[in-house]
Parts: sequence; structure tokens; C-alpha cells
Amino acid sequence: MEKIIELKNVSKSYGLGDDKVEVLTNINLTINSNEFIAIVGYTGSGKTTLVNLMSGLLMPDSGEVLYKGKPITGTSKERGIIFQNYSLLPWLTVYENVLLAVKEAAPDMQKEECKEHVMKYITMVGLAPAANKYPSELSGGMRQRTSVARALAMQPETILMDEPLSALDALTRATIQGEFADICEKEKKTFLLITNDVDEAILLADKIIPLKPGPNASLGPIFSVDIPKPRNLTTLNKTQDFLELRKAITNYLLDMGKERSGQLNESNPIVLPSAKPIRGASFRDKIKYAFAK
Amino acid sequence: MKEKIIKALTFIGLGFLEPLVLLISGEEPKKNAELVLTKIGLPIVSILVFLLIWQAAATSLYNTELDRKVADVRLAQGEKAANKKKEEIENGDASNKPTTLPSPKQVRQAVVALWNDIQEVQTKKNEFAKKVKKVNKQRKAQGKPPIVYTGRPSFADQVITSLKTVFWGVMLAIVVAVPLGIVLGLGKIARDSTNWIIQIFKPVSPVVWLLLVSMVVKTVFADSKDDLAFTISFISVGLCSMWATLVNTIMGVSSVDNDIINVVKVLKLGYFKQIYKVILPSALPLIFTGVRITVSVAWMVLIAIELLAQSPGLGSFVWEEFQNGANDSNAKIIVAMFVIGIIGFMLDRIMLMVQTFIAKNNSL
Repeated sequence: MEKIIELKNVSKSYGLGDDKVEVLTNINLTINSNEFIAIVGYTGSGKTTLVNLMSGLLMPDSGEVLYKGKPITGTSKERGIIFQNYSLLPWLTVYENVLLAVKEAAPDMQKEECKEHVMKYITMVGLAPAANKYPSELSGGMRQRTSVARALAMQPETILMDEPLSALDALTRATIQGEFADICEKEKKTFLLITNDVDEAILLADKIIPLKPGPNASLGPIFSVDIPKPRNLTTLNKTQDFLELRKAITNYLLDMGKERSGQLNESNPIVLPSAKPIRGASFRDKIKYAFAK
Repeated sequence: MKEKIIKALTFIGLGFLEPLVLLISGEEPKKNAELVLTKIGLPIVSILVFLLIWQAAATSLYNTELDRKVADVRLAQGEKAANKKKEEIENGDASNKPTTLPSPKQVRQAVVALWNDIQEVQTKKNEFAKKVKKVNKQRKAQGKPPIVYTGRPSFADQVITSLKTVFWGVMLAIVVAVPLGIVLGLGKIARDSTNWIIQIFKPVSPVVWLLLVSMVVKTVFADSKDDLAFTISFISVGLCSMWATLVNTIMGVSSVDNDIINVVKVLKLGYFKQIYKVILPSALPLIFTGVRITVSVAWMVLIAIELLAQSPGLGSFVWEEFQNGANDSNAKIIVAMFVIGIIGFMLDRIMLMVQTFIAKNNSL
């Protein structure tokens, strides 16, 4: 198996001086080709930072991020991204949004071929009837489907998904999770999914890695998912393997969360100022006293 | 049909007429009658109140002025002459009536007078055109410029001249400010290095711009046969009003949404494609907000600039009437004031239409 993405001792922090917060510390991760990896973690634990490092939108402070053995210096057409907030261009229709990406990814494609290619992916996500609609006319689920079509139509080798479904309501999310499972089966690619939903991760991924809550987030142990594909949420719910795995991952995350909040409380207890009201003095004295303080 | 009318009305910024349309079509009569009363009835009432206050103020000012005039005569020529003067003024045959804030009635008369004048000038023009038709044909054949009407311009001509000045001023502002704004918005170094200049020039008064422009234009266009006053005034209007568009374009271009920037990076769009496909469309609503402000500022400074530049137009009309001092001059100035206000309002509505049209597909 070929190593596609490798992270070696990667750290990333934001801010300067006293405000500096190290979000990720010593991240080590290897993603092999045609693997589906899911990273689960709390919100604010640095998941988006992690995916941005792999896409090339951010550079690490220390350590290396390698793509097929070469350091990542910027974004690339080989790594498609599906963003949490869809990031569609509002002044373009669904068709035009996908077309813009296809034209960039494959500039030599003939006009007719290009059109067919775009429509193929729009049909794949079930948006053919809405191809000429603007994003503002679409529901959240349809917008995310457009975003998926755009990423797939560029035909990247790897697809990075940054909480693609967490902005959707529960029903739409369940539907699209099913569709995702089908599409991922069809498209033989390397996938990285970032999510806060353990069920979603088990449904889609081959390996699940929890991210310990930040700051100083690092990756936990790998849980592999040995449930045979294709999986289906309704039948999955009844399998013993699924239930055990979910329990294990959830417990791990909860323990980590507890540990982290415990640490925070010990090292940074909130100290209330011992304030005493000044009584029985004239305003001038009070001011003097206040300034002296 | 009904929905179409309402849609059209809302689009041109007359959305307050919606309940009236619904009432006429008999939909929810009680609710809509109430809405008509509040949305159309109340504004009419407020206009009536305004007219009443105006009438009262005009009468009071007129009486004060009258008393003063009579008192002056009394002081100079005695009681008898004063009484005679008062009688003359009240009968309306005195040559020196007191001039002050004109009453609504006088303004209405001035509107009629101006309307008649417009038509009179128009007939004169038509007659002139008929007369010189033959001669102009000959002159054209000989390669000479045609004879044009050089008589007194009517009020309508002044309005058209003003609109023309504003149009060219705004065009100049757009042509200068939008490309400049894009360049400054894209380049942080350019933006930082010009920021002070922009901040300093932005609040400069229209009058100073006019003087500056006339200093330059006088030299540059010294040999031009065209009307220099017009050139000076439209360039000044453009310079005064372009700042809103410039600042808004810079802001729009430099503050494209971070999500969209990420898309651009992931799609690996080329530099010019980035500008045409992403940055400009995303900045368009802000640019047009700027243009809308530019239009209203242009119309506002225009009057002052025309007044000073001796360029024909509403500004010079107002100034000439003020200098003229005829009995109905003040009333004509008030008419001009209303015309300026109404045209300014209409320009703003047109720009609002363009703005909403552009912003419609530009946000989620």
C-alpha cells in the first residue's frame, strides 16, 4: 500500500506572544491509498486546522506534512476539499459552480465532454433538476451535495472532508450519510473525513482516530472498523460490533474530555478578586483610594 | 396580474402602494384599508401639515416685512405716505412688494409661470429651427457648422443640462474610482501607501475641488472651443463624488469572504480568472452601494458647483433668480428646490433598483 499523506511531528499554533495557543502538538498520521480515515473529536479541538494543513491552506509551525513523500507547499488539484459551510460561489448556479472547478482541473476538455462530465456528477448527487438554480435557492443539504459534486468532478486522488454534514439537520444528515457511503464505494479514492459524529465515522470509515481535545491536541489510538461494506445505518444499529465500537470510541472521547477539563481546572483555577466596597468616605477620598489601588 | 404589479412596484421602490393594489382587488379589505390608511394616508396628512406650517410661516414673515416697509416710509415721508403705501401694496399694484418666504400659493403660480415659459421657449426654438432649416442645409453643403439657437434657456433646458453634468460627472467617477479601487483593493502595499492621500482628500469641500479643477482645466483645455464651464463643473462633480465609490470598491475587493478565498485556493484559479470570476462578482454589491452614494453626492454638490462655475444648469438658475429679485423670483427658487429634491429622490430610487438587482444573486 502506498503512503498518500504523512504527518510527522506536526505542530501548529495561532497568535503571538502571550496570546499564543498551540492548537496541534506532535501529530503523527499516515494515510494509505484507497483508505477511508475518519478523525473524530470535540468542536474546537483543532480538526479544521488539521485538515487545512493536509490541504495546504495552512503550513505547519514544525514537523512535516508530506503528500506522496513530497512536502506540501500549497493547495493542489490532487486533493479535493469539501468544506463544512459548502463554500459555493453564490453568483453562480449549481452547474456553473461545478463547471468552474472542472475547467480548472481539466482545461483541455472539449466543451461537450465537459458538459457531460459536469452533469454526470450533478446527477450522481441527485441534483440534476436543480442544476440551473443558484445556491441561495437551495436547501442546506442540496448546497452540500453541490459541494460534493464539485469536489468529485475535479477527480482528485484524495478527498478531504471537513465536517461536511455537521451544519445539516438530523434527517438530511442521515440521508446524505447514506448517499456518501454509496458514492465512496463507487469512487475508489483516498478519503479523509473529519467529524464530530461517531456513528457517521463508523458508517463510512475503515479506520477511526480520535483527536484529543485542544489546545495541544494530539491523535489518540487507531480504532479499525472491521464491519464489512456496504454498510447501512439501519442494519448497522443492530450489529454487536458496531455497538461495541461506538461504545469504545465514545468512552475514549468522554474520558479524554474529562481529563482535559480536569487539567484545566487544576492549572488555571478561576480566582475571584477580593473586592471590598469603600464606605463612609467622601467621593474625593474614594477616587484617591481607587487610584492608589 | 396583481402579483406582477406588486412585484414591479416593490422593484421600483414603491412598495408602500402594495396595500392599495390589494385593496382595489378586494383582498382582505379590512386589513388592507388599515394599511392604506397608515402607509398612504398618514404621509398625505403629514404633507398637509407641512403646507399649513409653511403657509403660516410665510404669512407671518410677509406681515413683518410689510410692517417694516410701511414703517420706513412713515419715518421718511410721514403718516400719509405710509398709509398710501400700505394701500398700494394690499391692492397689489405697488412695484416694490415685500419679498420674503413665498407662500405655497405663490409657488404654485410660479410652477405655472415656469411651465408656460418652457412652452414659450420651445415654440421659439421650433420657429427658429424652421427658419434656419434652409440656411443650415446650405451651410452643411459648404462644410460650415450649422446655426444653433442661442436664446435664453428654459427651466427644462436647465434641468437637462444639470442631469447631463451629473451623468458625465458620475461616469468620470466610476471610470476613475472602480479600476483604481480594484487595484488598491488587490494590493496591500498600494493600499497602505495611498491610504493617507485618500483620507485627506475625501473630506475636501466641493468648492475647493472646483477651484482646483478650474486651475488645471484652464491650462489644459486653453485651446478648446468647447464650453469650459461645463468641463470644469462635470470634472469637479466627478472628483467630489468619486470617493464613496473608491472607498467601497477598495473595501469590497479587499474583504472577500474567507470561505470564498479558500475555494479560490483549492480550485487553483489563475490570477485574472480570480479577479473576473470571484473577486469582482463578490465585490459588486459593495461597489454599487458606492455608486449609489456617488450619484446622490454628485447631485448634491452639483448645485453648488454650477452656482460657482457659472455653468448653465439648475444651480445657475437658482443663482440668477436670486440676483434677479423679481416679484416671483423667490417662488421660482422654491420650485427649483422641489425639482432638485424630486430628481435626487428619483435618481436614488433608480440606483436602488440597480443595487437590489445586482445584490439579488450575490448572497446566500
